[in-house]
Amino acid sequence: MSHIFTYMSLLLGAAMIVAGLMSVWAKRSLPIVILSSGLVSLLASIQFLLLAAPDVAMTEAAIGSGLTTFLFFFVLNRVRRGTHHG
Amino acid sequence: MVSRFFVFLLIAGVGAIFAALLAGYVPDHELNLTARYYAENTVRDTGAANIVAAIVVTYRGLDTLGEVTVLFLTAAIVGLVLAGSQHQGTHRREVPVSGELLVTGARLLVPLILLLGVYVFVNGHLTPGGGFQGGAILASAILLLLLADPVREFSHRLISAIESTSGLIFVGIGGLGILYAGGFLDNRILPLGTLGELFSAGAIPVIYSFIGLKVGAEFSSMLVDLSETEEP
Repeated sequence: MSHIFTYMSLLLGAAMIVAGLMSVWAKRSLPIVILSSGLVSLLASIQFLLLAAPDVAMTEAAIGSGLTTFLFFFVLNRVRRGTHHG
Repeated sequence: MVSRFFVFLLIAGVGAIFAALLAGYVPDHELNLTARYYAENTVRDTGAANIVAAIVVTYRGLDTLGEVTVLFLTAAIVGLVLAGSQHQGTHRREVPVSGELLVTGARLLVPLILLLGVYVFVNGHLTPGGGFQGGAILASAILLLLLADPVREFSHRLISAIESTSGLIFVGIGGLGILYAGGFLDNRILPLGTLGELFSAGAIPVIYSFIGLKVGAEFSSMLVDLSETEEP
């Protein structure tokens, strides 16, 4: 049980690091940046769930991965429209 | 290029720190002193099945009041900063129409998301979740509405009325705790009821519901302020 926990935590941590690096290095497209920074929060909420903290996991999933990601998309949409119109 | 290298170093360093923490992590075989107090006394003291909710609303209720105040200040400052650039309501903005998929999906999903948010904060004392999570889910429904129809006008007066009424009721229930029970935000002003039922745990579900409404209204007012800002 504890071995599975350790391996899953390591896997999640490695995936979070990769997603974090992607959100910094993917300069080509901003949607990929936003999605991968949302992915960091989503993976973190899975890790909170593994650590038996469902309340924190729900907050992280609702705010970090849900609300923030879509707020960034919303603002990105507004900014793009602004540059196109002048 | 140098800054990217430093970002890589920073992320790798944080990863190494957490890997070291994980390598040294040994789960406790028994609860420590504070945790044991909460595990043994929460049901007797508050009647809440979710110990986290009991701690957040009752034992550490003052901290929750502080958190809600911080969120309120944030929403107020966002509104203040963006107030100068808001468009006057008379002229409609020219915006491209949202896609059919988004509009239809929003029509289907918004009531369901609102229902989930209300479920999460009404059942906060029984299941994981509570006011903050439920409020954020409510606000994400508002965000979906805004994405589907960017020119939709939301009533600022309604949002601020919900926000301030919930805040006043939250503090008012806390004050009633001083008069009728052991202290500020004591939940025993209402009967504790049977463990695990919806109407149990005294004032916790009532307080959590109003926290949920307040948090949802605060997030929504931030989103609506952002959406109504004109491009400079």
